[in-house]
Amino acid sequence: MTLHIDIPEETMSGILAKAFRNTAFVTGFVITVLILAMALVSYVWTPYDVTKLVIADKTQGPSLAHWFGTDHFGRDILSMIMVGARNSIAVALVAVGIGMGVGVPLGAFAAARGGLIDEALMRVNDLVFAFPALLSAIMITAIFGPGAVNAIIAIGIFNIPVFARVARAGALAIWPREFILAARAAGKSRTQISIEHVLPNIATLLLVQGTIQFALGILAEAGLSYLGLGAQPPMPSWGRMLFDAQTRMVVAPWMAIFPGMAIVITVLGLNLLGDGIADILDPKSRRQR
Amino acid sequence: MSLLEIENLSLTIGDTQILKGMELSVAPGEVMGLVGESGSGKSMTALTVMRLLPYAARASGRVSFDGIDILAATEDQMCALRGDDVGMVFQEPMTALNPVKTIGEQVAEGIRWHTKATRAGAEERARRMLDRVGLPQAKFPLSRYPHELSGGQRQRVVIAIACALKPKLLIADEPTTALDVVLQAQILDLLRDLVAESRMGLLLISHDLAVVTEMADRITILRRGEVMEAGDTARTLSEQLHPYTRQLAQASTHVPARARPHDTSQGKPLLQVEGVTRDYPGRRTSLFKRAVPIRAVDDVSLSMQPGQSVALVGRSGCGKSTLARMILALDKPSSGAIRFRGETTTGKSEAELKPARRDMQVVFQDPYGSFDPRQKVEKLVAEPLHVLDKKPTRAERREMVAHALHEVGLDQRDMDKYPHEFSGGQRQRLSIARAIITRPKLVVADEPVSALDVSIRAQILDLFAELNQKLGIAYLFITHDLTVARAITDQVLVMHDGKIVERGKTNEVLDHPQSEAAKALVAAAPDLHRAIARRMQEQG
Amino acid sequence: MTAYLLKRLAISLATLVLASIVVFAVLEILPGDPARLMLGMNASADQVELLRNQMGLNAPLLLRYLHWAGGLLSLDFGRSYTYSVPVIDLVRERLAVSLPLALIALALSTVIAIPVGLFSASRRGRAGDTISMGAAQLGVAVPNFWFALMLIYVFAVWLRLVPAGGFPGWSAGIWPALKSLLLPAVALALPQAAILARVTRSALIEVLNEDYIRTARAKGLPYRAVLWRHALRNAMIPVLTILGLQFAFLLAGTIIIENVFYLPGLGRLVFQAITQRDLIVVESVVMLLVAAVIAVNLVVDLSYAVVDPRLRSRQ
Repeated sequence: MTLHIDIPEETMSGILAKAFRNTAFVTGFVITVLILAMALVSYVWTPYDVTKLVIADKTQGPSLAHWFGTDHFGRDILSMIMVGARNSIAVALVAVGIGMGVGVPLGAFAAARGGLIDEALMRVNDLVFAFPALLSAIMITAIFGPGAVNAIIAIGIFNIPVFARVARAGALAIWPREFILAARAAGKSRTQISIEHVLPNIATLLLVQGTIQFALGILAEAGLSYLGLGAQPPMPSWGRMLFDAQTRMVVAPWMAIFPGMAIVITVLGLNLLGDGIADILDPKSRRQR
Repeated sequence: MSLLEIENLSLTIGDTQILKGMELSVAPGEVMGLVGESGSGKSMTALTVMRLLPYAARASGRVSFDGIDILAATEDQMCALRGDDVGMVFQEPMTALNPVKTIGEQVAEGIRWHTKATRAGAEERARRMLDRVGLPQAKFPLSRYPHELSGGQRQRVVIAIACALKPKLLIADEPTTALDVVLQAQILDLLRDLVAESRMGLLLISHDLAVVTEMADRITILRRGEVMEAGDTARTLSEQLHPYTRQLAQASTHVPARARPHDTSQGKPLLQVEGVTRDYPGRRTSLFKRAVPIRAVDDVSLSMQPGQSVALVGRSGCGKSTLARMILALDKPSSGAIRFRGETTTGKSEAELKPARRDMQVVFQDPYGSFDPRQKVEKLVAEPLHVLDKKPTRAERREMVAHALHEVGLDQRDMDKYPHEFSGGQRQRLSIARAIITRPKLVVADEPVSALDVSIRAQILDLFAELNQKLGIAYLFITHDLTVARAITDQVLVMHDGKIVERGKTNEVLDHPQSEAAKALVAAAPDLHRAIARRMQEQG
Repeated sequence: MTAYLLKRLAISLATLVLASIVVFAVLEILPGDPARLMLGMNASADQVELLRNQMGLNAPLLLRYLHWAGGLLSLDFGRSYTYSVPVIDLVRERLAVSLPLALIALALSTVIAIPVGLFSASRRGRAGDTISMGAAQLGVAVPNFWFALMLIYVFAVWLRLVPAGGFPGWSAGIWPALKSLLLPAVALALPQAAILARVTRSALIEVLNEDYIRTARAKGLPYRAVLWRHALRNAMIPVLTILGLQFAFLLAGTIIIENVFYLPGLGRLVFQAITQRDLIVVESVVMLLVAAVIAVNLVVDLSYAVVDPRLRSRQ
């Protein structure tokens, strides 16, 4: 795979001005901030206590008291969505952190060294890619027991080869540049060059991939907890809420609709954010026909 | 009557004015040269005639081709014109062909589209056209893919596509800029013959005054979207009435004032290259045969004295850049030894190379690619200070950078800017500042001016000459451009197929070349004075 | 060309062998004794030991791996602990549900995505592009199992057009069987189609900015002809890459979707086997899926060579 990287030559203020004119970026940014804020607010305030079961209020439709209705234990769906956001974000974010933290250095190292090390690393990557990620995540959580931490590990492991591949491809596109040759002529070591010149120039690429993996992480976490392998009750999670809703679709469709919308909006926001960043920083995205 | 008539053409892209009141005409069978520096709008003129402008472009004025109002024509009318009555050749042959289609398909496609010929008929014509442009059936069957061809061969295919239907007008936008001088001469000859054969009008766009002078009957000089001067080539260039014309002509043939070279016979050599060879693993032709290595540099020996300025000239792919990299210890020779200041650099570790690195620096061709866009000038110019034993303090570092910037004619306040805030010529000055900051004994410059406009190039050559005198730096100039070699070097080495085939004093070698390779280079090199003289003679 | 083919083939085989070692090793270190699991908690230590010997669990590690891998090659996957039938029979039965499901979904996704991508790329920046890419953006964000729930609500609960779940079996006739696979296939396909449409569009747009597109237009070909004749084929490589990845995703995606629709497919089988610690089934199905992914990647690699002549002449 070859990758062409155009390095934008702009100042920070120029980039910011462009960012605010980019609809995708602004929309994505606003959604992401709102979801993050919702998760943070849930630590200090939720409309109702999500650990208290009020059987008298069970499976009520949306109303002024309960905007998104209640579940089969009488818990407020809105409150559960707010608390569930914490879990989704934490799992996906840490998983991205694992992927970046391990994958990027590996990919950059492979690109810097080339040869056998590179080949070996890429073969290991192929190997991991051969296992359907969701299947392996299910295996990992099933083996080590369900729970948020194991979900993080399972999703994080599969982020590693993704970031390694992106970092390697990006770094390989930077290495033949003349400014790298100039740095080598100045006696800089490969590690120094990787840190000083290569990584800053592939940072945007990694940022964009980061938002994509973040969004995929949210989806994966929802899938795992839907199967009962993510966060465990009584901790609310979006996927688990959908599982509980499934058998009650006929009587309480709101139990499925609202948590699902929460997932869709969060993922949409992150994807828009990533698209926006890529758009702003990629000079090739000029309109042309 | 003119074939192409451009009157009062203005063009804007977004908010940028590209052309202002542009005027130009091409008569049938005439070669019109359109000359200008980068950003003058010459390529956009061509794209306007083809109506292949970028999305946001707006053109006003009048462009008429063969009685058709181009700016008012429908897209269908334009499609009927393009490739049939107007053909176009582009600058970059490496990317101008579709990599997944054979050359036969690509040449035949336009023929079929316009003439409704059968596949066999179109292929037959494509075959004849490829033969005509110098790609005979035996070596270049229609089934070849572009990646199997060299740059010069690909440009021939592009020309075949453009001329397949014998257009009335051929537009060639810098058709030889990406090629070396020998290929350039061949392609220009081909264009000249094709135009003469079928009385095509040719609009030849180039930044190179010498090339245009050799080719064009009339010339139009463009600057920042406006026509400076237009008229008969020989008269315009011999009289040089317009100051900008004079400026361009002088810059094209500029030779920096240099004192006589240092006496180079005595003393210890600065650089010795002894029997250096570099092999690259070749492509395997079959799974069971071992790959034959490609020999990029073949048993090269040379030596340089301190303060000497040497040119290494040769066609593209002759191995000169590989040799330069080995001298800079950025690549390892397969065999042979390189000694710098008497010490061997081959086979040394990066740490052991530090003292040597201090005394040799590099200037690259591309003023845009040779700076990390994410760092400020201070850090970029100071990068070689890394090899000093004693790390300078921040204040010392700024002091040194300021001094280096001053030496190359830049302001010391420039050190807090990013590279993109500088023009191409200024960046090449930055590049030189970076190279001289450690006070090296040797600077290797790989085509340092070939990406620059002529007027800027003259200034940079002056700067090189000045620093050579002032600091006593030895230069190794790697170039395919003989005017650069002539302008700034004392000695010249001619390289061909990995070997040095001729060496001697620059003037002697360039005036009386002995080897075939040197003769070919000299014969092909465009020369403005020679071209004007020939034009004058032809016209009596 | 042959060198390229052989190299890809060798890499695929090596990956397959490595994958089998990984699967074997992972299940080897798992807690829980399969013999104990089969016999239940009341069995005596002697009984367990006897069964362990019968099952070959006491043989040296390498021997057991070779025996297992040899079994895989001859399609002898062993017997399921929980179902007490040969694994191959289970797999065959379940594959009859999962494979058609994945194939229908893949076909559906391709048939929707590629025309949408082409349409969008050819009217870049216009209303049609904005609308279809907005829809694609939304499609990418929808979790397929939630989309499945919504489909069930609308088409099964509300409109009563199709069954809400379950599978009548192919013996019940082609139409009823297909009908029960329809919603699951749509639920799997639409989010994938959204991804594929976006990739198709951006690959096309990237190619449309290439120099050779300008050469083609300078020949007099209209925009549409250039799009079909020159851009599409060059844009195929990223599209093929994504198609290959999607196949793997669809195979795994069936795990969740089959659970939503109560389909007796491979995904549901492996999920149940994991929770029941039926390791023989788990390793067999995982190996099968991994082999399928590797095979599809190989096919994708080979199709690159068909699309791109530059790969054919490279080693």
